[in-house]
Amino acid sequence: MLTLQFIPYTEIEDLSPARRVHKLIEVVKENKIVLLEGRLRKEEEADLIQITMEHITSKFKGIEIAVVNPEQKTDNVLKKLKLNMMSLVLGDRMGMTIIGPATVVREIKRNPSKIELYTVDDKRKRR
Amino acid sequence: MANPFKAFFMKLFSGLFRKKKHVKLGLYGPPNGGKTTLANRICQDWLGEDMGVVSNIAHETREIQIKEQISIKNEGGKELTFNLVDTPGIATKIDYEDFIKAGLAEKEAKVRAKEATKGIIDSIKWLDEMDTVIIVLDATLDPYSQVNITLIGNLAAREIPVVIVANKIDLKKANIKRVESAFPQYEVVGLSAKYGTNMDEFYDALFKHAS
Repeated sequence: MLTLQFIPYTEIEDLSPARRVHKLIEVVKENKIVLLEGRLRKEEEADLIQITMEHITSKFKGIEIAVVNPEQKTDNVLKKLKLNMMSLVLGDRMGMTIIGPATVVREIKRNPSKIELYTVDDKRKRR
Repeated sequence: MANPFKAFFMKLFSGLFRKKKHVKLGLYGPPNGGKTTLANRICQDWLGEDMGVVSNIAHETREIQIKEQISIKNEGGKELTFNLVDTPGIATKIDYEDFIKAGLAEKEAKVRAKEATKGIIDSIKWLDEMDTVIIVLDATLDPYSQVNITLIGNLAAREIPVVIVANKIDLKKANIKRVESAFPQYEVVGLSAKYGTNMDEFYDALFKHAS
């Protein structure tokens, strides 16, 4: 069974960077896929990789992660302006971060309009 | 009394006006992108010797490797001296069973996995030490992975100059355009570290971004 756990941004907003990362890792280690509202800071993403490495055992083999950020790919100037305004208001709350245990999630592929999550057990696409 | 006084000022002024001597040029990227092959190519071109061992099994480089004082020259006679730092490939997962599938014995695979995790931690810790970073990507693979994005984002946040190498252009599936469109704000050099193809363009990019 695949378990998804949604974590609203408010749940990590007031935590220190280290505690944010640990909180996410702990959920992932329970074999759940985290859907985090918003995104981590770049430095926190690097911390997440480092701390993941510290937790690796023969049972926990790491994570798959993808950050969906609407501001990344837009050529339209008006849309860009709108996204910049939203980014100013929402900050790191914008977008979504998906983190899954590597024993469950084989690969997360993305293109501008969709995310494809491939699981280890079956090779069906889940969108 | 005069001598220590003079020595103090000599030290102070030579420190202020001395050119930065140990520019650290880091090779970063995911495992099996060809970082060590590129390091070997650079060292062969300018020192006539290899830097590290290359393997088809991922995570062959599990410790930071440094080759000091490599001096390269361009056609205009300009010289650039740097310490080359080859780093373990950065990944978000390590599975010892992958190493077993690649042909290693279980014990050896477990040791390699443990060393690989430590290597990744060290690579990330060393980011702050770098003056310029070369991101080495396998041009046959999708460049738009979270590891690449996180790595490049961290370097941008630290304001460290970056050159992206789209390696393995000798392979049919290589696609430099895909790498360029994934990271349009950076200079991308397509090359084959294995065969030494397009190294001149790579050295030009180094002079542009590292000196």
